[in-house]
Amino acid sequence: MSKPTSNDAPDFARRAFVAKATTAAGAAVVAPGLVVTAFAKPADQPVSAKTRWGMLIDAAKCAADCTACVDSCGDQHGWRDESVGRPEQHAQWIRKVGLRDTATGHVTSVPVMCQHCETAPCADVCPTGASYRRPDGIVLVNMHTCIGCRYCMMACPYKARSFVHQTLTDQLPDTPRGKGCVESCNLCATLIDESSGTAPQTACSAACQKDGNGAIVFGDLNDPNSEISQRLKKEPSEQLRADLGLNTGVRYQHV
Amino acid sequence: MKKIDYREIQGNSLGYWVLFLLFGAIIAVAAGSAYYMEHNGHWVTGMDNQIVWGLPHVFAIFLIVAASGALNVASIGTVFRKEGYQALGRLSGLLAIALLIGGLLVLVLDLGRPDRLIVAMTVYNFKSIFAWNIFLYTGFMVITGVYLWFMMERKMNRFYKPAGFVAFVWRLMLTTGTGSIFGFIVAREAFDSAVMAPMFVVMSFSFGLAAFLLVLMATYTWSDRPLGNKVVFRLKNLLGVFCGAVLYFTLVFHITALYATEHHGFEHFLLVGGGIFTQLFWIGHVLLGNLLPIALLYWSKTGSSRFWIAVASTLVILGGFTQIYVILIGGQAYPLDIFPGKEVVSGGFFEGQINSYSPSPWEFLLGMGGVSVAMIMVMIAIKFLRFVPGSLADEGKAA
Repeated sequence: MSKPTSNDAPDFARRAFVAKATTAAGAAVVAPGLVVTAFAKPADQPVSAKTRWGMLIDAAKCAADCTACVDSCGDQHGWRDESVGRPEQHAQWIRKVGLRDTATGHVTSVPVMCQHCETAPCADVCPTGASYRRPDGIVLVNMHTCIGCRYCMMACPYKARSFVHQTLTDQLPDTPRGKGCVESCNLCATLIDESSGTAPQTACSAACQKDGNGAIVFGDLNDPNSEISQRLKKEPSEQLRADLGLNTGVRYQHV
Repeated sequence: MKKIDYREIQGNSLGYWVLFLLFGAIIAVAAGSAYYMEHNGHWVTGMDNQIVWGLPHVFAIFLIVAASGALNVASIGTVFRKEGYQALGRLSGLLAIALLIGGLLVLVLDLGRPDRLIVAMTVYNFKSIFAWNIFLYTGFMVITGVYLWFMMERKMNRFYKPAGFVAFVWRLMLTTGTGSIFGFIVAREAFDSAVMAPMFVVMSFSFGLAAFLLVLMATYTWSDRPLGNKVVFRLKNLLGVFCGAVLYFTLVFHITALYATEHHGFEHFLLVGGGIFTQLFWIGHVLLGNLLPIALLYWSKTGSSRFWIAVASTLVILGGFTQIYVILIGGQAYPLDIFPGKEVVSGGFFEGQINSYSPSPWEFLLGMGGVSVAMIMVMIAIKFLRFVPGSLADEGKAA
């Protein structure tokens, strides 16, 4: 599973491609006539709570054998680079899970990643505040203050976090990672922050639009005109472990 | 307080130095293990992204819980004014501080970034029970240190009762905080229970007293000092009561969990079908760790024998260790229920599976290092300072 680390230098062509893909995907959303105003903030302005980034994942469109989202996330953040250890020790920012309803036998497949909770248990339990939630809803780990206690991993209801078990080399410049710290999906915060004035996409949502079946929609939950808000208003959706009342930023349909 | 003649132990015997070197060697090996794990990263351990807390945490939690329990003997003497316990107050406070330092060392050396301890000591998120615990642990050491000073310095003797009262309240808070590390984890059904906090308090009574009894009997036997039956029997009877209380809280925890249908899966796993965890629970924790010690402590033939009291105390310690292992590792081995009502048929991250854990030697050695640090601290302290009464014979007016 793991890729060799020696030639993992940043692939700028790939990143440029992702950037173009996200722009193209954004354009594709605009094209049908939908009014999308969920543009990212200008780069010189701080993140604000006016925006809450989130995702809607439609299990009905997600093919069991498609791993476009997982692959693109790995490429974007470089987390599939462990050279030693057991598979149980390797990082997993996003994974596909196949499910069968125990009562009806209905089978679905969905990607699962950090759910970017409004009241994130990981941030609550973190002793140093290294796990925190940005005003725009993205849950992140501050790699300078994470002490590697792993309490956040105990507290996360979604098994969304990974501890880095070995020395890493040649990490990608936009994704700080390192031995002894905990990491997880950062909702491609860098892509969002760098997409000044355009509608941003995460790597997984862009890949799903391009190579998958368009099961993942990314956007601003606080913007009533965004596609994600419009869909969530008109169509039924659910949160994973809604009983915990965490108000997740990632929502699901047809699971 | 009655006049008690405290004396340093000589600490010149061959036995003393053999024991000293043994603990010293374990500490050296533990330091090497910690360095090996820190240098390579945690991939050399049995821990992974499924079982994120392993054997070092079992050792650390056991030592921290036992630390606050070790202070009980002093508290009974000071807060509840039982004179028979007052002579033991100094050793009780010493053992409490030593066990806590041993436990914290293990905890800190298992961090992913132990070099960032200064961050943990200076940057706080006060919503985190872990952050509270940093204050509870350091506070416990300071308060117990002051309590010991007031007990041992004649000029300060008049203040030792208030200090003892503060230490008593603080130790209850500390174990409540330690239990709450688990009780506050709503995501995992194995932990999410308010019973955890009082259960940890009672566990501390039991583990701490067992550790105290062993240290007391070893100190007096090996330094050829008289130790009367009155003291030993009083403590062993109390240990039996604490064992019963631990079983009671274990029962309450599982009965409340069994009442809710959503927990049936986990309870079945732990109590019936969990393999090693089920065996450790019934044989290790319930039978050998509590029922057998209760029998040994209260049956007249064994209850009057120092040897069997030592066996029972050792069993309580091993059973307590097992109990924490089952709570901590067993609780992580059982998969998270992310999709209630759904069965996981495929998954990229060991979804819906019972996770296995095989501790590495490094983790075990690091844990033993914590135990050895605690023991060597006690050995050094009683050699150079007056922690232990010269005699605890019944003939004296100790009671």
